[in-house]
Amino acid sequence: MVQWTDAERAAIADIFGKIDRDVVGPNALARCLIVYPWTRRYFGGFGNLYSADAILANPKVAAHGKVVFGGLEKAVKNLDDIKITFAPLSELHSEKLNVDPDNFRLLADCLTLVIAGQMRAAFTPEVQAAWQKFLAVVVSALCRQYY
Amino acid sequence: MSLTDSDKALVKKVWAKIAPKADEIGADALGRMLYVYPQTRTYFAHWPDMSPGSAPVKNHGKTIMKAVGDAVSKIDDLVGGLSALSDLHAFKMRVDPGNFRVRAPYIQTILAHNLLVSLAVFFPADFTPEVHVTMDKFLGAVAAALSAKYR
Repeated sequence: MVQWTDAERAAIADIFGKIDRDVVGPNALARCLIVYPWTRRYFGGFGNLYSADAILANPKVAAHGKVVFGGLEKAVKNLDDIKITFAPLSELHSEKLNVDPDNFRLLADCLTLVIAGQMRAAFTPEVQAAWQKFLAVVVSALCRQYY
Repeated sequence: MSLTDSDKALVKKVWAKIAPKADEIGADALGRMLYVYPQTRTYFAHWPDMSPGSAPVKNHGKTIMKAVGDAVSKIDDLVGGLSALSDLHAFKMRVDPGNFRVRAPYIQTILAHNLLVSLAVFFPADFTPEVHVTMDKFLGAVAAALSAKYR
């Protein structure tokens, strides 16, 4: 089971308290589609994803970014139980959506960079370490039901 | 994945903007890397202090950013231009090339990722999605050039 120190729990709670939830999710997902264009293959029904500007303006991307962020909020509410909490989501991504799990790490990197830009100096190495550990646990949980 | 002319132009533009803070960014990125990815400390075990903000980290951050700046000036031939540095990392220091890249299959990566974090922290308004993808590609190309002489 994942062990969280008090400092890590505090850092993660602090991040969620500071960041704008309506901005981070949409921004991170848009970046993922722009920086790693092969990820667009999973969003065929989203309409125009042909350029950075189109992606940034796409309402379906924005809406889905908020859905993704909602998933992270669920994880932070269940910090000691992420694996079990995410089992259905993992199954969804592997069985129904057929997402290559490498892509979870790409989106995780984009989330980290968006948050770094929002928090700036407050995103210290200690906070970054706690955040990346959190994301690693989430990604691991999402990968769990594969195979 | 190779750098287009517009990528190269944007890299030069970004470098001109961030160059005044290059030392700070280098120190910041290196400090983050050593803290967040403790496995990278094996290469710096001879330093008296590896903590973010320490003198060895600041100095080496400067060295790294000088090399990145050099890479910008040699952007049309990174493999040739960084050949000596690749020799150094491969044969003298024997650094696992996974440590340079933006993305590695299993381990989260490392120096380039932390350089991007530092860019986002120091220049959030400039770190647009376009700049993000271009710098990601550029640092990937630099990492590939640094790995070129390994075998």
